Amino acid sequence: MLKIENLHAEIDGKKILNGLSLEVNAGEIHAIMGPNGAGKSTLAYVLGGRPGYEVTEGSVTFDGQDLLDLAPHERASAGMFLGFQYPVEIPGVSNVQFLREALNSQRKYRGEEPLSGGEFLKLAKEKAGLLKLDMEMLKRNVNVGFSGGEKKRAEMVQMGILDPQFAVLDETDSGLDIDALRTVGEGINSIMRTPEKSVLLITHYQRLLDYVKPDKVHVLAKGRIVTSGGPELALQLENEGYETVAA
Amino acid sequence: MTDQIDTKTMAEQPQMDQEARDAAKRLETYEFGFHSDIEQEFAPKGLNEDIVRFISAKKNEPQWMLDWRLKAFRLWQTMEEPDWAKVGYPEIDYQDAYYYAAPKQKETLKSLDEVDPEILSVYNKLGIPIAEQEVLAGVEGARKVAVDAVFDSVSVATTFREELKKAGVIFLSISEAIREYPDLVKKYLGKVVPQQDNFFATLNCAVFSDGTFVYIPEGVRCPMELSTYFRINAENTGQFERTLIVAEKGSYVSYLEGCTAPMRDENQLHAAVVELVAMENAEIKYSTVQNWYPGDSEGKGGIYNFVTKRGLCQGARSKISWTQVETGSAVTWKYPSCVLNGEDSVGEFYSVAVTNNRQQADTGTKMIHNGKGTRSTIISKGISAGRSDNTYRGLVRIGPNAENTRNFTQCDSLLLGDECGAHTVPYIEVKNPTAQIEHEATTSKISDDQLFYAMQRGLDEEQAVALIVNGFAKEVLKELPMEFAVEAQKLLAISLEGSVG
Repeated sequence: MLKIENLHAEIDGKKILNGLSLEVNAGEIHAIMGPNGAGKSTLAYVLGGRPGYEVTEGSVTFDGQDLLDLAPHERASAGMFLGFQYPVEIPGVSNVQFLREALNSQRKYRGEEPLSGGEFLKLAKEKAGLLKLDMEMLKRNVNVGFSGGEKKRAEMVQMGILDPQFAVLDETDSGLDIDALRTVGEGINSIMRTPEKSVLLITHYQRLLDYVKPDKVHVLAKGRIVTSGGPELALQLENEGYETVAA
Repeated sequence: MTDQIDTKTMAEQPQMDQEARDAAKRLETYEFGFHSDIEQEFAPKGLNEDIVRFISAKKNEPQWMLDWRLKAFRLWQTMEEPDWAKVGYPEIDYQDAYYYAAPKQKETLKSLDEVDPEILSVYNKLGIPIAEQEVLAGVEGARKVAVDAVFDSVSVATTFREELKKAGVIFLSISEAIREYPDLVKKYLGKVVPQQDNFFATLNCAVFSDGTFVYIPEGVRCPMELSTYFRINAENTGQFERTLIVAEKGSYVSYLEGCTAPMRDENQLHAAVVELVAMENAEIKYSTVQNWYPGDSEGKGGIYNFVTKRGLCQGARSKISWTQVETGSAVTWKYPSCVLNGEDSVGEFYSVAVTNNRQQADTGTKMIHNGKGTRSTIISKGISAGRSDNTYRGLVRIGPNAENTRNFTQCDSLLLGDECGAHTVPYIEVKNPTAQIEHEATTSKISDDQLFYAMQRGLDEEQAVALIVNGFAKEVLKELPMEFAVEAQKLLAISLEGSVG
């Protein structure tokens, strides 16, 4: 589904990714772990198409198309979702308004009929329920006044509503207490654990992987994958630290 | 937990944003830039006493009205154009403009069918089909909007008059009111904005072409939103609208004013005067959506909009609320104000001003607290893009006898790009120590984080900008009546098209 080959990327002339290669098939969940500054968030932004992140070499194919050729909203419409490490506040815009507009914009791009207000609310209620997020929260403005944990759960509700093929989740587990971690983990499973979908989980810690079992674990250091393995690699990292494993 | 979200509030209706963007896509240049060729009847070019007499005669005015105009004209000749606003424009040659243009007078109209089809089609192009408004009003439960259509200075159609009459509401063109209710007009005209108030207001007194008169009798809640659509439609024709609204004790009225104008190469002068009077316990809500031609991307053409709007809270516990969405005009000079004389009276000013390309706006309000316990709120949202200049200029004055007054002012500016300007110029004069004044001001740029976040969810850049800007302006937009909220959202999207990226 997603094939990254020899990806080099820089920001403000500073090289961050140095020949990263990775392939994620449909139905798979991959975890990317690595120390601070390894390039994990840069990878997420490059896949999302954030302006300022310049790809200097390599390719990314998504479902057979050249992902790097698409604008951010086109990538979203093609089924690429980015769960933000720091979800952004949009004052004056309710979650309901934001998500319905986003979803209908994606549907329009794909040549599908827009959802009516009633259909949308039904969908939103269902997905909010999965993440144990009160619908009242969705009437509030996007991420404004949300706690860290609420932001992350809201982020997963967004994912549920937009129903992507592929999700890059950038430290979705940070800022979550143990109950919220379980809720978010179960949410990811119920939304994304299907034979057609895939997830790239970016995380520092093994603890989210207790709930979301990865098929593969990769260690990212200095802008490239230095080692890969099964779920046991995450446990090894937790015990031995990055320096030993990534050396 | 509820699963019903009130879809009636405009902010929760994304399909309207969609419409807005569709409209924006259609619009490569100024969407309303067409020209209709209804036969005009002009006064000769220039301004002198004869022209003032001509205008007065054209409107079959009584002698007292002509005398009032002439007095203003003589005053005006001694006055100088103000230059303190942060706007710049070439010197205006007041002798090189027409001061009167009217569609040729036909028989008195009995229904919209008799209105010149050309005029009706202009409204249709603007998306304001009057005929449809009437049909809509016939639908059970539909809110009624009375449209006093001002077409190039002269009212050509007035609807819903019967129903208003039943309620005792007077809703007429000001020319008709001068003939039919001379005592009422005489009593209030020029009482809130005196003839000598300022250069542009005085000019208006001399040459006002037409406008609207509204009178709400004691205890009457006006049964519908009153709405007037202005349209400037003659080259080189200054528009000098005059509006007077009087709300007697315990009455309520909501008045909507919306405008669009066709494309022009030469600058057009517009100097309107609006006067509001609210008696004890009366409330007037005055909403404006202004979308006059702003000029092209280099600033060529466009309307000069020099407006004097002022409300007098005469009675105790009266309230006047101004809400404006200003997206048009090349130059805007406008300060809708409240004079709070009545005890515990309330003044409000909610404003969104958008400038793009070479537009210049110097706008704000004046809250004059004279009565005890008076309160005022000012919420101003300025959005600047392109190479435009956007200034908030506001005065809060607390008089010596105004005990226990309160004012809250919030001025937020949003910048798009790095060639535009946003300025906040608050004047605060307090002569009574019991006053509580709060002033908050922020300036921010539309953030890359917000843009990318919205785009990653599936919105293209223009949709993302429109969404963020509408969110920024929401505190003001929610004050607008439903009919205008939709239009206002569209205008914000259209006005800022192409300003990012």
